[in-house]
Amino acid sequence: MGVARTHAVALLGLTGALVEVEADISAQLPGMILIGLPDAALAQATQRVRAAAANSGCPLTVHRLTINLSPAALPKHGAGFDLAIALACLAADSTVSSQSVGKVVHFGELALDGRLRPTPGILPGVMTAARLGHSTVMVPIGNEAEAKLVPDIRVVGVASLRDAAIWHGARLSPEPVEPILPAVLPSSPTAEPDLADVIGNDDAILALQIAAAGGHHVFLLGPPGAGKTMLAARLPGLLPDLDPASSLEVSSLRSLSGLGLGGALITRPPWEAPHHTATAAAMVGGGGAQIRPGAASQASHGVLFLDEAPEFASPVLDALRQPLESGWISIHRANAVAHFPARFQLVMAANPCPCGQYGANDLSCTCPPNARRRYLARISGPLLDRIDIQLNVKRITAAQLRLAAASPRVTSVSARQRVITARAAAGERLHGTPWALNSQVPGPWLRGAKVRLAPATTAGLDRALERGGITMRGYDRVLRIAWTLADFDGLTSPGPDQVGQALYLRKGMSS
Amino acid sequence: MARKDELGKLGEEQAARFLERAGYTILTRNWRCAHGEIDLVAQRGAAVVFVEVKTRSSLGFGHPFEAITVKKLARMRRLAAAWCVQAERWPRQIRIDVIAVIALTGREPVIEHLEGVF
Repeated sequence: MGVARTHAVALLGLTGALVEVEADISAQLPGMILIGLPDAALAQATQRVRAAAANSGCPLTVHRLTINLSPAALPKHGAGFDLAIALACLAADSTVSSQSVGKVVHFGELALDGRLRPTPGILPGVMTAARLGHSTVMVPIGNEAEAKLVPDIRVVGVASLRDAAIWHGARLSPEPVEPILPAVLPSSPTAEPDLADVIGNDDAILALQIAAAGGHHVFLLGPPGAGKTMLAARLPGLLPDLDPASSLEVSSLRSLSGLGLGGALITRPPWEAPHHTATAAAMVGGGGAQIRPGAASQASHGVLFLDEAPEFASPVLDALRQPLESGWISIHRANAVAHFPARFQLVMAANPCPCGQYGANDLSCTCPPNARRRYLARISGPLLDRIDIQLNVKRITAAQLRLAAASPRVTSVSARQRVITARAAAGERLHGTPWALNSQVPGPWLRGAKVRLAPATTAGLDRALERGGITMRGYDRVLRIAWTLADFDGLTSPGPDQVGQALYLRKGMSS
Repeated sequence: MARKDELGKLGEEQAARFLERAGYTILTRNWRCAHGEIDLVAQRGAAVVFVEVKTRSSLGFGHPFEAITVKKLARMRRLAAAWCVQAERWPRQIRIDVIAVIALTGREPVIEHLEGVF
């Protein structure tokens, strides 16, 4: 009897491993045995494959089929192995050419009528196949456009198992079927909200642009109705388009979470705003058999916005400390470790106290002092330490509203242009270092011989340090913001004005 | 006699002739006891073979082999032991085989033989 093999991809996090699917036919009573650590969905592939093959006009053998997924110790999950299993079985029975099947990596879940369903995780899967030197992949027709985003690999889109078998040399006549297309149709890029909508709040608008230019994390503190959420929602619009590598990464994460990509890579930075009841698993990713990315990974290369930050459970907030430090999230399970990218820009918004009115000009706060202190203390010091810009946002007054009509406003397009210029300036200065943005530069380097500022420039800052107004860590953060301000203003290095402004952007709530 | 029994009889006849041609000696046909029935008991060399014969006149309800369940095999195993006790024979080697007879109308029957399925 026969043996045949083909290939599929098992994904773990964003990285995949090539899986060899072997099928063996032995002279035994009919049966189909699947071995090699399948999860529940994959173990049921035997029933899907048998029905799909029969309904495609190429039934499986009546003898016993043993299917092995190798490496046998690697956990595999999902229905994406169906096509590979079906074709290995047919090749073992010589219905299709085993030589042809052996050279192709297959993806796709089978419907019982033999059609192929779109499968999540196609983009990272095809990327893995390409990286490991494979030249041809076969995917469901609904995923063809997504698979074709990967360069230098031949993509064969098929609508049904029958079409796949014909492609691999089965003697069947083609039978057109209605292809199954992804449920989420390629959505047109939704318009990002424009910065010009914001009235007043000039400090906050500047802070937002500085945050975009330097990649600084932001904390917005202010009473309800001050426009914190409105401001935060405009940050992704100020960020430049994703570069090719990050675009692939963001698109892969989206593909992995089962959301369709349509036919284009994502080029705009993502925006994630999880609700404050989110669990740690929802935030950083998790899951038992199949480890899925969380909101922090989905926000990679974009903005993670935490509205009402003190309302988040503190373990959830503290779970963000690792990705803030390393840009990666590693999730450990008994049988595997998954790594997800999480290089996001964090924006948190909070009211100053439970009633929200503390510090507002028009209403007075009704909270007892200790309630007020406890409220913001829910955000742990180590987390707050990693946030460069901390800003008070005030409600706008009637006078500001009237003035705003007359004064020119910054639009997102012009702001983004300045951000791109500022990032280019920083990139040039940091050329040859491991960093690309001012927010990534460590303090000792900023105070080092190469870029140290003159004592006259930092006089105000030094005084704040002497008086205990800021800590040494805060001092470094002010320097970082000052450099971004200089880049933003087109200066070669920050002057006393920039340092003063940076100190102001830092002093919103703490030192 | 019902049509299906006639078909079964025909299938068993075909299977017996097939085994004889392959060098087996048929010891018993349709051996019965309280637990059930063995279609054929045959011998070749030291091995005594217990055979379940499945006959179909069409493949509309699937291949004959697909009708053989784990439960049926387990019963065959018990019946084999019962036969040995009753016949007072203790063969060195016993085996359980399955023979499928596909007797499509107007065509020569096709016989498939699986050895040692249990």
